[in-house]
Amino acid sequence: MAARAWRARSREAVMKPSGSAAPTGKPRLTTSAMIASIAAEGQRTRPAPFGHALVELARNRADVVGMTADLGKYTDLHIFAKAFPDRYYQMGMAEQLLFGAASGFAAEGFMPFATTYAVFASRRAYDFIHQTIAEEDRNVKIVCALPGLTSGYGPSHQAAEDLALFRAMPNMTVIDPCDAHEIEQVVPAIAAHQGPVYVRLLRGQVPVVLDEYGYNFELGKASLIRDGRDVLIISTGFMTMRALEAAKALTGDRVDAAVLHVPTIKPLDSETILREAGKPGRLVVVTENHTVIGGLGEATAALLMRSGVHPVFRQIALPDEFLAAGALPTLHDRYGISTAEVSRQIKQWLGR
Amino acid sequence: METTPTIANAPTLAQRAYNIRRNALRMGEVQGQGYIAQALDIADVLAVAYFHAMHYRPEQPSWEGRDRFLLSNGHYAIALYAALIEAGIIPEAELETYGSDESRLPMSGMASYTPGMEMSGGSLGLGLSIAVGIALGLKRKNSSARVFTLFSDGELDEGSVWEAIMSAAHHKLDNLVAIVDVNNQQADGPSTEMMAFEPLVDKLRGFGWFVQRVDGNDLDAVVAAFDTAKSCPEPRPRIIVADTLMGKGVPFLEQREKNHFIRVEPHEWQLALGALEAGRQ
Repeated sequence: MAARAWRARSREAVMKPSGSAAPTGKPRLTTSAMIASIAAEGQRTRPAPFGHALVELARNRADVVGMTADLGKYTDLHIFAKAFPDRYYQMGMAEQLLFGAASGFAAEGFMPFATTYAVFASRRAYDFIHQTIAEEDRNVKIVCALPGLTSGYGPSHQAAEDLALFRAMPNMTVIDPCDAHEIEQVVPAIAAHQGPVYVRLLRGQVPVVLDEYGYNFELGKASLIRDGRDVLIISTGFMTMRALEAAKALTGDRVDAAVLHVPTIKPLDSETILREAGKPGRLVVVTENHTVIGGLGEATAALLMRSGVHPVFRQIALPDEFLAAGALPTLHDRYGISTAEVSRQIKQWLGR
Repeated sequence: METTPTIANAPTLAQRAYNIRRNALRMGEVQGQGYIAQALDIADVLAVAYFHAMHYRPEQPSWEGRDRFLLSNGHYAIALYAALIEAGIIPEAELETYGSDESRLPMSGMASYTPGMEMSGGSLGLGLSIAVGIALGLKRKNSSARVFTLFSDGELDEGSVWEAIMSAAHHKLDNLVAIVDVNNQQADGPSTEMMAFEPLVDKLRGFGWFVQRVDGNDLDAVVAAFDTAKSCPEPRPRIIVADTLMGKGVPFLEQREKNHFIRVEPHEWQLALGALEAGRQ
């Protein structure tokens, strides 16, 4: 049997010993810290939008409690803990307990916001969420940091498949917000919705993008943020930010790109997606910070097939493999979800 | 306040336990199978819980002031239904529907199906975590209600149970009363041979719980344990380790060696009911 290849050696960009430069001559980036922001240099950001929005919500709703499994500071829940110390429950590093206890709190009429990393909610505590929250239809809001590829720590912290897992769970509403502006609006919107919700969280210094487009979040609604004739980019999460940047860049190549933002992955806004994807003459590209398997891309493909809408269809998403450790800009380039890579792929498909 | 008022001519706990066993056997007969040996072993504990220890309103199963009872081991549903029927929460006529299509009494207990069923068990090791959340929620509401939760010795194999055991002690949940049914039988054989859990009392004490171990088929001992669990002033979660006998009350079932999931021949259900009746004191 062949020896297993070490992951770094399977890449083109083989790491050199510490202190040396990468083959291009540029300084080699180091592994992104757990608290790394996805904001680009000089980008407008707001700090801890989830934490502040939750504090705002809790001022008017006494039923809100915050719970976490040793990741309060890393999910921006520490803002809530400081404002409402007696409504903050530290459950220790025990994710199964966290979600079981959140179900119990909800059974008593409270609305728990339970936070951890997306990998731990989706992979470690899946059965607990499935049985004690989704099956019992408890009003628990699950808010998870490090969705998709937003950590450079490797597969242990990269939740590339969380959307697929939670989409498959009956009763679960699934949301992937784009930026701070949207996260601030998602918090009251999911509080107004009775039932379990899974939210992918961007934490720390979070980019602000969508306010410039006059966009507002509405649960279950997709929104055409920009229209265009040549390509329809259907995107979710921070890939909408990348899609908008790519759309701007593509104008230089005389490519007119539309961007349809789909923050609610489940239930999917079929009507809007079919309306936009059904317009003739446009390449349809679905992009998401998620594996190609089971996320927005495949949900959209199935919807189009079922409905007899057959545009030329492409996906920009993470590959079906264990992703590498490293710096996020390097990894986003490598796996095709950086702005430059989104533009490049679309141009290639359009033959420009 | 702390005990059920004595009503003249009210059935004794022994009668309640007998009725629970009889209800369970009748449901078993409907399906021709079931976790009947567990129902028979836990009937005495359920009789004490529902007819001595807990406050509830049969006509109002979701009454806010009720004590909560969480069945973590969902396959014991047949036993809990038998108790809920005896308590008047489920009409006795529904007993005939047990495990049938469209019934409110599925083989594995689920909150969304059955009045008085507080959680969806069956995936083992969930109940104690939910109980921690409910106990915290009750304290937050300044409620004097308690949460009781039953789980099986096999569930001690699940890591989540120990997460919840640590958490309940950490949060000083003195409004939580757990009961672990030690019948030493799980799917693949004797529980102690699947994963050794003794010395259980020492372990649980070490984790900060107020622990009592009793013969779970001795009604007086079970009553005393529930009373002490409620009256104990210590700021700790309480647990009753109940040693029970699979098939209790039906000698030929007590003696069956592999009795996690009993196959009973059609003619044997009536024999079992007869044996239960014959053993009645």
